[in-house]
Amino acid sequence: MTTPPAPPAAPVLSVRDLSVRFRMRGGRHVAAVTDVSFDLAPGQCLALVGESGCGKSVLASALLGLLPGNAQTAGTAHLDGTELLTASERELSRSVRGRRIGLVPQSPAAHLTPVRTVRAQLEETVRELTGTPKHALRAAAEQAAARAAFPADHLDRHPHELSGGLAQRAATALALVGDAPLLLADEPTTGLDRDLVDRTVDELRRHIDAPGGTGGVGTGGVGTPGDTGGVGRALLMITHDLAAAERIADRVAVMYAGRIVELAEAADFFGAPGPRHPYARGLLDALPDRAFTPIPGMPPELGDLPPGCAFAARCDRATDRCTSVVPALTDGAACHHPPGTPGEPVAAVREGAAGA
Amino acid sequence: MLELCAVTAGYDRARPVVRDVSLRVEAGEAVGLLGPSGCGKSTLARVAALLHRPDAGTVVLDGRPVSGYRHRATPAERTAYGVVFQQPRLSADPRLRLADLITEPLRATGRRTEAPTRLAELAPTVGLSSDLLSRRPHEVSDGQLQRACLARALVLRPRWLICDEMTAMLDASTTAALVAVVEDYRRESGAGLLAVGHDRVLLERWCDRTVGWGELGSSGAGG
Repeated sequence: MTTPPAPPAAPVLSVRDLSVRFRMRGGRHVAAVTDVSFDLAPGQCLALVGESGCGKSVLASALLGLLPGNAQTAGTAHLDGTELLTASERELSRSVRGRRIGLVPQSPAAHLTPVRTVRAQLEETVRELTGTPKHALRAAAEQAAARAAFPADHLDRHPHELSGGLAQRAATALALVGDAPLLLADEPTTGLDRDLVDRTVDELRRHIDAPGGTGGVGTGGVGTPGDTGGVGRALLMITHDLAAAERIADRVAVMYAGRIVELAEAADFFGAPGPRHPYARGLLDALPDRAFTPIPGMPPELGDLPPGCAFAARCDRATDRCTSVVPALTDGAACHHPPGTPGEPVAAVREGAAGA
Repeated sequence: MLELCAVTAGYDRARPVVRDVSLRVEAGEAVGLLGPSGCGKSTLARVAALLHRPDAGTVVLDGRPVSGYRHRATPAERTAYGVVFQQPRLSADPRLRLADLITEPLRATGRRTEAPTRLAELAPTVGLSSDLLSRRPHEVSDGQLQRACLARALVLRPRWLICDEMTAMLDASTTAALVAVVEDYRRESGAGLLAVGHDRVLLERWCDRTVGWGELGSSGAGG
């Protein structure tokens, strides 16, 4: 894990055919995540976008081993040699969460412990993750706060005394303490105003661009396991905010009804030639600075998915094949009618699209 | 016309979050109020919807100063408004099925006989199927619940709509769909709108005019 950067860097996270099913009462199943595959390289940000309820957060919980008891998983998720889906709770809690995957949570104000100051929480995290001796804790916690641009004069405040932006930075500071090679941000910008969204994603970008293991936190026990070897971290950002995704991402994965329906370079996706999957196109067209037109209809229930393409009922180009056969993700889009096929709008041919 | 005249409001008289602010929304007009989080714009929206009593200043509704705020407002004043809040989870009674949630204002005003008709009209408008209508809030997504909350705001056919960050939690497609529902209703009913938010691109696309929080002063930015 400390190999020097070589051109096609080995992925930090490699997910193959990941599926999550929830067993419900009456023998029903909810297919929350189905056959998801992607790779995430160091220094790279993959934005996972989709509407609420499409399975994005379940995917994140699966990677962290935080699924509820009625969940069944299939497939693999390799994190630098560890198989996350089959790892024991002991291994996940001792060596994965916080140390090899840093979680930047949704609604940081709720993630922080309400009855303790930010300093107390940072010091505890630094002590647990880096083994910094007691006399150096104070300085180490202040250094950890500084990395996330959390102002030192606010360290003795409780979470309810912080604005949304500062609470976000406090949560980010906690996520960065372990110098994890993979950061997982679950809707880190929900409810923040636009300036704060821009600032938050710019800061996240800074943390993945910065070489990993930068001396990190504290004076003792640093540069320890989890050192990313100067390549930068990888960031998996889950969001429904397309503007935030455009600002930060190198690649974009669009999720619909539990499946990744498009996986593309961010520049191609947001610029030319644009999205290839009709759902992704509709999502972009719904933005107020584009057509501002909604996609007709609503997504299907995850407990009652149609046999074919889950988007067929809302798609103006759906044919019989769409309603009977689930399309595979080929050349970056899971669609029976991607642009460029005969009779379809032509898009520039992309060589070596970021497929799985 | 909905006029806020020199409103000062907050939660601590010594430190009001809204100071001497005036704003005017003409009948049928859509005004966007743009400001960063924590600036007091939601408090102002609550005053405009008669849900918060200001420390000073008045709200003038269709030419007459309102008689009170919260329960002191007259039924006619209260039912002139439809309000949609940012977080549907916090503004929906978890015990009610969506159908009952939407028609609750009709029952509260003694018009329960109209409930089936209005529900049949509104559910397709906001895109809720009969299956969804029979569920409770924990069984639907944020977007679906916000659709129900919007239907509830429209059920009494209000002359004024106050949307406080209605779409902040929603994805792009649901946002566009809900804004379209509001605009269709306004076109048909001539209702006025005060939309509060922090997304400049969205408010400028949605509203006739957009006012920045900083432009609101004692002289009034309504014009």
